Amino acid sequence: MYSEKVLDHFNNPRNVGELEHASGVGMVGNAKCGDIMKMYIQVENNIITDVRFKTFGCGAAIATSSMATEMVKGKTLEEALELTNKAVMDALDGLPPAKVHCSVLAEEAIRAAIEDYIKNQKGD
Amino acid sequence: MNRIYLDNAATTAVSQEVLEKMLPYFTQHFGNASSVYDTGRDARKALEEARRAVADSLHAKPSEIYFTAGGSESDNWAIKGAAYAHQGKGKHIITTQIEHHAVLHTCEYLEKQGFEVTYLPVDEYGLVTAAQVEKALRPDTILISIMAANNEIGTVMPIAEIGRMARERKVLFHTDAVQAIGAMEVDVEEWHVDMLSLSAHKFHGPKGVGALYIRNGVRLDNFVHGGAQERGRRAGTENVAGIVGLGEAIRLATLDLPAHVQKVSALRDTLIKGILEHIPEVRLNGHPAKRLPGNVNVSIRYIEGEAMLLRLDMAGIAASSGSACTSGSLDPSHVLLAIGLPHEIAHGSLRFSLSGDTTREEVDEVIRILPGIIKTLREMSPLYEMRNQ
Repeated sequence: MYSEKVLDHFNNPRNVGELEHASGVGMVGNAKCGDIMKMYIQVENNIITDVRFKTFGCGAAIATSSMATEMVKGKTLEEALELTNKAVMDALDGLPPAKVHCSVLAEEAIRAAIEDYIKNQKGD
Repeated sequence: MNRIYLDNAATTAVSQEVLEKMLPYFTQHFGNASSVYDTGRDARKALEEARRAVADSLHAKPSEIYFTAGGSESDNWAIKGAAYAHQGKGKHIITTQIEHHAVLHTCEYLEKQGFEVTYLPVDEYGLVTAAQVEKALRPDTILISIMAANNEIGTVMPIAEIGRMARERKVLFHTDAVQAIGAMEVDVEEWHVDMLSLSAHKFHGPKGVGALYIRNGVRLDNFVHGGAQERGRRAGTENVAGIVGLGEAIRLATLDLPAHVQKVSALRDTLIKGILEHIPEVRLNGHPAKRLPGNVNVSIRYIEGEAMLLRLDMAGIAASSGSACTSGSLDPSHVLLAIGLPHEIAHGSLRFSLSGDTTREEVDEVIRILPGIIKTLREMSPLYEMRNQ
């Protein structure tokens, strides 16, 4: 039911963990629905230099989080904001129809982290 | 890798003895059981032997056993057949919130046809009481359908008490005993049931074959219209090999039942104890004692069931979960919600179901592997992080 790539990112997730002094943190989803994604980004000169995630959820939720972190690392904020759930899915060689919402959460989590960073900048 | 199969409540492997008994009925004795020539007669004879084996194991008469294509069909027949045959008397049905979908979705279908259904709540262990059922009775109640044992959390219902009450109050009583065969003494007289569903593949028989017990004298609409098979009540050329497999499987499942129950429940208790001792913040779902011998169901906080299943699968262990991601809907298992679990705890449920083939070594291996899997997933979980803050 899952592609090799999904299983690889689930079994060996990239960028798991937290960033102690993150520039931005985004959390989406809720426990009731069974998925929560939390993303931490480090931003320097408008570039995402580091990213970490923590996810409560199924195999697809963990794999899409992992893939999304890989796809935005080293990107400018503008480039990262263009990340779509479809791009995450394509990079994972697809997801079962019932799991498409996991890729949407991954996109939203990245966006939430960036928005948090922008908000922090304005606050300073 | 040595595979460890602990999903026997989903299905079991066909045993070698059962398979050997079935094989000649695909080729040598392939005849249609309705024919007069000898290969047809062989099939007919085998069919009636299987019917007797099923009847004997339930303490019923062979004339009360009807072969079907499995548990879901038996449930459909019992409930729709009783509802349609008795709708002149009333249109009210009583069941519970934790039945199998074969019962729940049949009841929901009947609601659309103008029947009324009471879905009784259960307590924190998944139990209903006879008094609770009696209180729900109405003058227009025509059927009570309550499972003998729950497939997810393993809780064993007080069927004999409910049956006695139903008999006194003259209301038809059906039980889905799909999980009960080979797990406990099943006696249609002691249980006072009018109909009972069973399925061969849950006790080392083949898939796609089951039976419905219908007490002599109980009126039910016929289920499949066609030829004279199953006395015209469930038409269609009989699945002879499958039925032979069912007969042999139920004979073996009820042979030495007390020894089997003792062996499997000891392994179950070892597994429960091991999990509770080695993993913090885990709860056992279902009743501690009124429990199927092979059922272990736990909720592991802060992580999600499917993720655990995938990691277990990588380690060669097959289990199941009641999380939304495994139920194919957005909600976790209706059974876990009915016993009062919050959604996020229900999402973290894990079921191991043992069989007579399960070994102590396999149970020990699960206890050895599982804590590491849980630890890794918890370290990845923002819920666990929030708990630690």
